[in-house]
Amino acid sequence: MTLAAANGGEPLIRWDWIGDHTGQLADLTAHHLKLALLPILFGLIVAIPLGLLCARWRWLYPPTLGVANVLYGLPSLALFMLCIPYFGIGSGGRADFTIIVPLTLFSLSVLVPNVVDGLRSVPDPVRQAATAMGFGTLRRLIQVELPIAVPVVIAGARVAAVSSISLVSVGTLIGNGGLGQLFVDGYSRDFTTPIIVSCVLIIVLALVSDGVLVAAQRLLTPWARRGTR
Amino acid sequence: MNLADQIRAAWTWLTASAHWSGGEGIPHRLLEHLGYSALALVIAALIALPLGALVGHTGRGGFAVVTVANFARAIPTLGLLLLVVTVTSIGLTPVIIPLIALATPPILVNTYEGVRGVDPDIKDAARGMGMTGTGILLKAEVPVAMPLILLGLRTAAIQVVATATIAAYAGIGGLGRYIVDGLARKDYPSVVGGSVLVVLLAVIVQLAFVGIRRAVVSRGLRN
Repeated sequence: MTLAAANGGEPLIRWDWIGDHTGQLADLTAHHLKLALLPILFGLIVAIPLGLLCARWRWLYPPTLGVANVLYGLPSLALFMLCIPYFGIGSGGRADFTIIVPLTLFSLSVLVPNVVDGLRSVPDPVRQAATAMGFGTLRRLIQVELPIAVPVVIAGARVAAVSSISLVSVGTLIGNGGLGQLFVDGYSRDFTTPIIVSCVLIIVLALVSDGVLVAAQRLLTPWARRGTR
Repeated sequence: MNLADQIRAAWTWLTASAHWSGGEGIPHRLLEHLGYSALALVIAALIALPLGALVGHTGRGGFAVVTVANFARAIPTLGLLLLVVTVTSIGLTPVIIPLIALATPPILVNTYEGVRGVDPDIKDAARGMGMTGTGILLKAEVPVAMPLILLGLRTAAIQVVATATIAAYAGIGGLGRYIVDGLARKDYPSVVGGSVLVVLLAVIVQLAFVGIRRAVVSRGLRN
């Protein structure tokens, strides 16, 4: 199937281009995943303790939420630019942190509120029952409260992962955008195939990551399947 | 260049009087930015609010709506922008289409979830008072779902304001010009200054929604 685009009968997509570039596409996909998903991992590592602190000392939460909301409104491109002096420009090695650090901050703006909401969703009777069974604060937290918070935390991780995968491509404007490289490549040559192929690959990556997180949630909350749902 | 230098350079840039007048000036760029953002948000709301309310009210097609919205969330905005520019040409359309695609999913999902989640007792009470389908939807379900609907609109608005910076890449104005041109000219103060303006705009949008919430949400629903 070839659809003729408005400009000069050039087809929107040339299928043979895909076959000729499988190696490049695989490399870019792997790099894209690294740039997009390391921030989610780092984000969780920071958000869980931070969320715990906010759930423990409630006065901490409003200012933290305020900072998270401001982070959420930052333009990704601007944040990438601000990191260039610290980590450098280009693709691979240290320069990857120019993309990874801002995306970690974005993921925090979604993850921290979700960790706090998740911990607050633990019913008081459950907490009291754990205490009555002789659980100390730490053990109650790890064995009772965090597992109950898992669905809300994963819901946040899903939103963060999908937007992170999509946002990596903005990094292409500073020369490191995983599959996004192909947007500018196609745009500068007036050639739609690379743009469409990389868009489709990014959407597929997002949907697959989302599916993996849903599966992880099922594995981590086996009781949810036995319940009423 | 450390953070303090960056802040100082951005401050100098922001307070230079030359940057506050004319077609390249901050007020003009700000209005352009607000214009694209508002247009995209209004179109997205016109699509998503009725659709979300209808699906939430009837309960039919909910799975499809959530699936399509998740799918749309994954679309890379920059890719869609450059694709539309390549197929058509530089102008308003390639900027507005990706922004609509960005704004629609959060409004759609929140409206749907909000209306669907209304307590059945409230719907029964409305029916008992003699309301029919449309009346129940508009006078009971939508007002009760309003906090969630506003949250969806707020999320969409902030994302659109932050992302409208890419409008500059399609050759039209907006605050992104300072960022994209600054990048091209290696003019850091312009990049930082432009970013600060976008952040301020995002904060103002958040505050505006606090006000809207107070005006629109029924008193009984505000704790």
